[in-house]
Amino acid sequence: MSGNAYQDDRGNKDRSITKAGGPGSAEGAMRKGKAVPAPGGPFLIGENMTGGYGKGPNILEACTIAVDKGEIAVIVGPNGAGKSTAMKAVFGMLDLREGSVRLDGEDITALSPQARVVKGMGFVPQTSNIFTSLTVEENLEMGAFIRRDDFSETMEQILDLFPILREKRRQAAGELSGGQRQQVAVGRALMTKPKVLMLDEPTAGVSPIVMDELFDRIIEVARTGIPILMVEQNARQALEIADKGYVLVQGMNAYSGTGKDLLADPEVRKSFLGG
Amino acid sequence: MDLLNAIVALSNFVLVPAIAYGSQLALGALGVTLIYGILRFSNFAHGDTMAFGTMATILFTWWFQSLGISFGPLPTALLALPLGILGCMAIVLLTDRGIYRFYREQKAKPVILVIVSMGVMFIMNGLVRVIIGPDDQNFADGDRFIITAREFREMTGLREGLALKSTQGITVITAVIVVALLFWFLNRTRTGKSMRAYSDNEDLALLSGINPERVVMITWLIVAALATVAGVLYGLDKSFKPFVYFQLLLPIFASAIVGGLGSPVGAIAGGFIIAFSEVTITYAWKKVLTYLLPEAWQPDGLVQLMSTDYKFAVSFVILLIVLLVKPTGLFKGKSV
Repeated sequence: MSGNAYQDDRGNKDRSITKAGGPGSAEGAMRKGKAVPAPGGPFLIGENMTGGYGKGPNILEACTIAVDKGEIAVIVGPNGAGKSTAMKAVFGMLDLREGSVRLDGEDITALSPQARVVKGMGFVPQTSNIFTSLTVEENLEMGAFIRRDDFSETMEQILDLFPILREKRRQAAGELSGGQRQQVAVGRALMTKPKVLMLDEPTAGVSPIVMDELFDRIIEVARTGIPILMVEQNARQALEIADKGYVLVQGMNAYSGTGKDLLADPEVRKSFLGG
Repeated sequence: MDLLNAIVALSNFVLVPAIAYGSQLALGALGVTLIYGILRFSNFAHGDTMAFGTMATILFTWWFQSLGISFGPLPTALLALPLGILGCMAIVLLTDRGIYRFYREQKAKPVILVIVSMGVMFIMNGLVRVIIGPDDQNFADGDRFIITAREFREMTGLREGLALKSTQGITVITAVIVVALLFWFLNRTRTGKSMRAYSDNEDLALLSGINPERVVMITWLIVAALATVAGVLYGLDKSFKPFVYFQLLLPIFASAIVGGLGSPVGAIAGGFIIAFSEVTITYAWKKVLTYLLPEAWQPDGLVQLMSTDYKFAVSFVILLIVLLVKPTGLFKGKSV
C-alpha cells in the first residue's frame, strides 16, 4: 500500500499470531480537533471535499453534498465513483485534504468520527454494519453507547419500527438474514436519536421484496423528521423518494437537483438510469 | 482399598497440581486472548509482563515483611498483590503510550505489532533481571499446607497421603473469583460490552461513538491485572525466576490457541487441557499402577512417558496438533 512499511504485512496469514480482518480502516479516530461555529448553510454539508485514503491519490475532487432538515438526499453514480468515500468523508473516516464539513451551524471538519456521533450524526456503513457476535439487543445497546440517559424508550420505538427484531432480540446478530441484518444496522444507528442519518447502500444484497420493505421503513424514519443522506445502487427507485439527488462521477459532482429533475433529465437517464 | 489408595495417589500427584497449574495457565491465557481479540496481535511480552507484575508484588511483599505486616495464615503476597497490579498497570500503560500507540497511529498491520511486542519482551525481561536479579526468589510465607500428607493418612487410615498446599487452594479460589469478575464485566457492563463490540468490528465501534483509545487502555489495565495475578499465583505455588516466566509463554500461548484465540472460555479450557496433559505425561505412573494392577502385571520401570525436562515439548506438540487439525481452536475464536 503506497510504500508504507507499517502497512506491509509481508503476506502474513498466520492466525495464531494476528487476528483475521486486521485493524479497522477508519482514519481519524485519533483526531483531536474541536468544532467551530459556522452559522448558515444547509443542516449538513460536506463542501468542496477533496481527499483519498492514507497517502493515496485523491478519490474525491471538490465534491459537495448537502442535506437539509426534513429531506432525503440520495447520492447515485456508477461503480467506483466515490459515493461511499464521500459518505465516509462526511463522517470523518477519511482525512480531507481540502474542504469542510458543517453540521447544524458548526464546522466539524476537525472532529473525530466518535465525536461526530456525539454531535448527532448516525451512520450505517455498507458492509460489516452489525456486531455479529453480539445479540440484537446488545447491538442496539452499543448503538446507544454515547447516551447516559435511559434509552429503553428509544429501544422500544425501534423494536416497534422493526418488529422482527423484537422476536430475535436475544439471538446473535450474525445468525440473522441479510434483510434482518440491515434492520439491525439501521436500528443501531437510530439508537442515538441522531439529528441526521447517513445510509450507505442500505438495500445492497437483499431481495427485491425486502428492498421495498426497507425503502418503506426509511421513508417512515424520514417522516419522523430526521434528514437522511443515502447512497443507493438502485438509482431510479432511490431518486423517486429523494428530495435532492447527487450524481457523482469520478469523485466529482456531475449532476445535482431534485429527485424528480434528475429522473427527468435526459442526460442522467441516458448515462445512469438505462434510458 | 487399593482403588482408594490409587485415587488418592492420583489426586495428590496429578489432579491437584494440574488443577492449580491449569488455573495459572488459564489466567495467563486470558490475558493473551484479550490482547489478541482487541489489539489483534499475539503479545509475546505477556510472560515478561507476568514477571514484572510478580516482581513488583515481591518487592512490596518484602517491604511489608520488613514492616512486620503479615496476613495471618495467608501469604503476605496477597496483601501486596493490589500494589503489584498497580505497578504492572503503570508499566503496561507506559509501554502502550510510548510504543504501541505509535504503531496504532500509523495503522500498522498486526504482524508488525507482533514483532514490536517481541522487542518489548526483551526490554521487560532485562528490566526485571536488572531490578530483582536472575535468581530464584521464594516469597511465599504463611501456612504451607491446608492438609499435609501425614494428617490425611492419620485422618483416613489410608497408606497414601493427600497433601493440599495452601498456595494451591489460594490459586484455585483466586482464579475462580477473577474469572467470574472478568466474565461479569465483559457480558454485563457497558464498558465490557463495548470491548466485545470493538473486538468484533472496530470501524462500527467507532461509528457507535466508542472511543478506541479508551477500549485499548481498559484492555491493557485488565491484562496487567490478570498477568500479575497469574504470575503471583505461579510464583507462590512454585517460585519466582524471571527466565521461567519467559518460558511460560509457550504453555500460555498453547492454552490460548488450543481454546481458540479471542475466546475467553476457550482460554480457560485450554489452560486446563495443557496443564493436565503436561502433568499426566510427565508423571511416573508406577505408584498408581501398583495399586490398580494385579501383582503379576506390576510394572518394573517408572512408567513415565517423558521426563519432566520435556514438559514444554508436550504443550508444543498439542499446539501443533491443534493448528493442524482444528486451527480455530476448540471454542471458535472469532465468529463469522
